[in-house]
Amino acid sequence: MSDAAVSDAVSPQTQSRFITALRDTAFVGLLTAGLCFPLIALRAEADMNNHLELQQRWSWLVAATIAMAASRFITSIFDRLAARIVGVIGVWLILFAGGTAYYATNSHGGVIAGCAVAGLISIGLAAVLNRSNVDAGPAEPTRFYRLDTSGGSIAGNLISIAALGCAIAFPLVMLAWLGPQGSLKWINNYGVQILIYVMLGWGLNIVVGLAGLLDLGYVAFYAVGCYAYALLATKFGLSFWLCLPLAGILAAFWGILLGFPVLRLRGDYLAIVTLAFGEIINIVLTNWVDLTNGDAGIPSIPRITFFGLPFTASDDGFAAWFGIEFSPIHRNIFLFYLILTLALITNFVTLRLRRLPIGRAWEALREDEIACRSLGINTTNTKLTAFALGAMFGGFAGAFFAVRQGFVNPNSFTFSESAAILAMVVLGGMGSQIGVALAAAVMIGGTELLRELDFLKVLFGEAFDPSQYRMLIFGFGMVAMMIWKPRGLVSTRAPSIFLKQRKAIAGALVKEGHG
Amino acid sequence: MENFLQQLINGVTLGSIYGLIAIGYTMVFGIIGMVNFAHGDVFMVSAFIALIIFLALTQLLGVSSIYAAIFIVLLASMLLTSLWNWTIERVAYRPLRGSFRLAPLISAIGMSIFLMNFVQAVQGPRNKPLPPMFNEVIHITKGGSFDVTLAYKQIIIVAVTAVLLAGFWYLVQKTPLGRAQRAVEQDRRMAALLGIDVDRTVSITFVMGAALAAVAGTLYLVNYGVVSFSDGFTPGVKAFTAAVLGGIGSIPGAVLGGLMIGLIETLWAAYVSNDYKNVAAFSVLIIVLIFMPSGLLGKPEVEKV
Repeated sequence: MSDAAVSDAVSPQTQSRFITALRDTAFVGLLTAGLCFPLIALRAEADMNNHLELQQRWSWLVAATIAMAASRFITSIFDRLAARIVGVIGVWLILFAGGTAYYATNSHGGVIAGCAVAGLISIGLAAVLNRSNVDAGPAEPTRFYRLDTSGGSIAGNLISIAALGCAIAFPLVMLAWLGPQGSLKWINNYGVQILIYVMLGWGLNIVVGLAGLLDLGYVAFYAVGCYAYALLATKFGLSFWLCLPLAGILAAFWGILLGFPVLRLRGDYLAIVTLAFGEIINIVLTNWVDLTNGDAGIPSIPRITFFGLPFTASDDGFAAWFGIEFSPIHRNIFLFYLILTLALITNFVTLRLRRLPIGRAWEALREDEIACRSLGINTTNTKLTAFALGAMFGGFAGAFFAVRQGFVNPNSFTFSESAAILAMVVLGGMGSQIGVALAAAVMIGGTELLRELDFLKVLFGEAFDPSQYRMLIFGFGMVAMMIWKPRGLVSTRAPSIFLKQRKAIAGALVKEGHG
Repeated sequence: MENFLQQLINGVTLGSIYGLIAIGYTMVFGIIGMVNFAHGDVFMVSAFIALIIFLALTQLLGVSSIYAAIFIVLLASMLLTSLWNWTIERVAYRPLRGSFRLAPLISAIGMSIFLMNFVQAVQGPRNKPLPPMFNEVIHITKGGSFDVTLAYKQIIIVAVTAVLLAGFWYLVQKTPLGRAQRAVEQDRRMAALLGIDVDRTVSITFVMGAALAAVAGTLYLVNYGVVSFSDGFTPGVKAFTAAVLGGIGSIPGAVLGGLMIGLIETLWAAYVSNDYKNVAAFSVLIIVLIFMPSGLLGKPEVEKV
C-alpha cells in the first residue's frame, strides 16, 4: 500500500479501522465513567460535626472520561509508538486548554491559546510521524540498544565523570551564585535530600538489582542505622564518627539475622517476609517507648562536627579555627560532601564487587537460581552477603539521616518510604547505577522543583501540591516500566567478563529464573 | 471467662472479613502463581465505593430503610469493585504473562501504591466516619463481670460470609466455570489446548476475588464505621497471612486461615498487648512461611526446571 492510497480516498480498510477505533473509544470512555463514578464524581467530606457530606463533582467525571476516551482514540488510530505518544500529549494539551477556558475566572487567554495551538501542532506532528512509515505496516516496537554505563564504556564513563563533576561543584556554584542565605534551600532540600536517596537506591540496588532479591522492607535497615546513632549519641555520648561504622555494622548484623531464615524462600515470599519485617521494626519503634520515646521521637541528637570541630559561632568552632566568618551554610556544605562521599563509596564498592567472584555469583543468581545451585554456588551465602551489604549501606545512610535532622521518629520509616526507594531502583533500571541515581534525582528533585513553579499554582489553585501526586505517579510508573521495559531503562547488560571482545546482551534475551 | 467468650465472638467476626479477602489472594495465586499485592487496596477501594454509594442513597436519593440501603450498597460495591479489578488485571498483569518472575509482583506493588494515592488524591487524606448502624445487641450472658454481647452486625457479617462461601464453593466445585478454573490452575497450556479460554478464566478469577473483597469492604465499613485511604495495607497483609497459613491455593484453607488470624489477633490484643497485635499477625506470617510454606491445607510445591 502506497502513501497516496492511504491519504486519498477512504479505503474500506481505513474505514473499518476507524470504526474499530470508535468502538474502542466508546468502550474505554464507558469503562472510565464506570470506574470513576463513585470515587471521582462524589467526594465524602466530613463537616465541622464530623458528619459526612457528599460533594458532587460531575464535571471531573466528564473530564476524566473525555481524556481517557480521546487518548484511546489516538492510540488506536496511530500505529507507531512515537506518533501515539505525541498524539496523546496533543490531546491532553487541547483538553487542558478547554478545561482552563471553562473554569478560569480571570484571563488566561495566552495560556489557553498556547496550549490549544501546541496541542493541534502535536496532533498534526503525530499524523506526520505515523504516515512517514506507513508502508512498513504496524511497526515493530523499536528496541534501543544502549550500553550499560556502569559496565565501563567510554561514553558511560564520560557521563559518569560529568555527573560527578556537577555534583562536586554544585554547592560551591550555588553558594557563589545565591549567597549563604539563598543557597541553603538548594543545598539542603535538593542536594542532600537527593543524595540520601541516591545512596539508599544504590544500597537497595545491590539486593534487588544485582542479586535479584526483592526486598520490601529496606527501610528497616535505614531505621536501624538511624536509631543506632540517635541512641548511642544521646545515651552514651559517642561521637558521629565512631557511630557511623557501628550503625553500618549493626544494620548488617540485622540483615544477617533476618537473612538466615528467610533467604531460602522463593522470590515473592521473600518480598512479603521482608515487608512484614519492616512493619514489625516500625511497630516496635513506635511502641517501645522506654527506649525510643515512641512517636514523640528522639530530639536533640548531637549535630555533625568537622572531625571534632563543631559548626558553631564559638571560639573553638569550625569558622574560628579556619579564620572565616561564621555561617550556618558551612554545616550544610559539609553534610553535602559527606553524603556525596558515602554514596560514592557505596557505588565504588558495588562496582568493584561486580568484578569479584561474589559479584558474578550475585548476577548469576539473579538470572537463574537453579543453574547456580547446579554449578556449585552456595546460594545461601551469596544471598546473605548481598543482603548484609545492602543493609550496611542502608545503616550508613540512616546514621547520616539522624545527624542531619537532629531528630528522629518512626514516621520516617514507613512502608511508603521502602516503596519509594524500590520505585527508584525499578524505574532506574534494576542493576544500573547511573539509572538509579537519575531516577532518584528526578523523583525527589523533580517534585520539589514542581512546588516552586508559580504558574502551576495559578492554573490549579493555591492549594496545589505536586508532592501529593508524587507517589501516584511513582506507582503508575512502576506498572508502566514493567510493561514497557521490564529490565529497566538501561536494558542492555555488558558482561563483566569476556573472552576476546565485549558484546552487550539485551535484557530481553536474558531469561530470569527464580528470583 | 466472659472476656474470653467476647473475644472469641469478635475474633470470628474479624476472621470472616480476613477470610473473604484471603480468598482473592489464594485464587489468584492458584491460577497464575502471582501474589496480587494490590488486593488489599482493592479491598480499600471497595470500602470507599460502599461508603459513597451509601451516602448517595441516604443523602441524595433519600432511601430511609437502612437494610435496603446496605443491600443495594453491597451489590453496587461488588459490581464496581469487580470492574476495577478486571481493569487492573487487563492493564497491569495480563501484558506481563511470560515476563520474568518478579515482574508481575513489582507491577502489583506499583498498582497498590497507585490505588492508595489515587484514593487519597480524589477523596482526601482524612478518615471518613459514618454514624454507627445496627446497634442492637443480644446479651448472651448476664450478671458476670460484664455482659457478653453479640451485636446484630456481627451476626450479619458471619451470616453473609457463610452464605457467600457456600455459593462460592458451589461455583468452583460444580459449574463448568469452576471446572475451567481448576483446569487452568493445574496446567495453563494444556487447558488452552483443550479449548478453555485462559485469559477469560483468569479475568473471571480476578472479578470473583474482587467481588468477595467488596463484600469484605462493605462489612468492614458496617463493623467499624470508618475508612481511610491507608486502610487497605494492613488488612491486606493479614489476609495474605491467612491465605498462606491456610495453604495458598486452597479456598477452604483461606477461610480457615482467616478465622485463625482473626482469633490470634483479638486474643493477642486482649491478653498480651494491644499495641503489638500487628506484630503477632506479621510474626505468624514469617513463621509459617519459613517452617511450613505449604500451610495447613495446601499442597507442597515442587520446584520444576
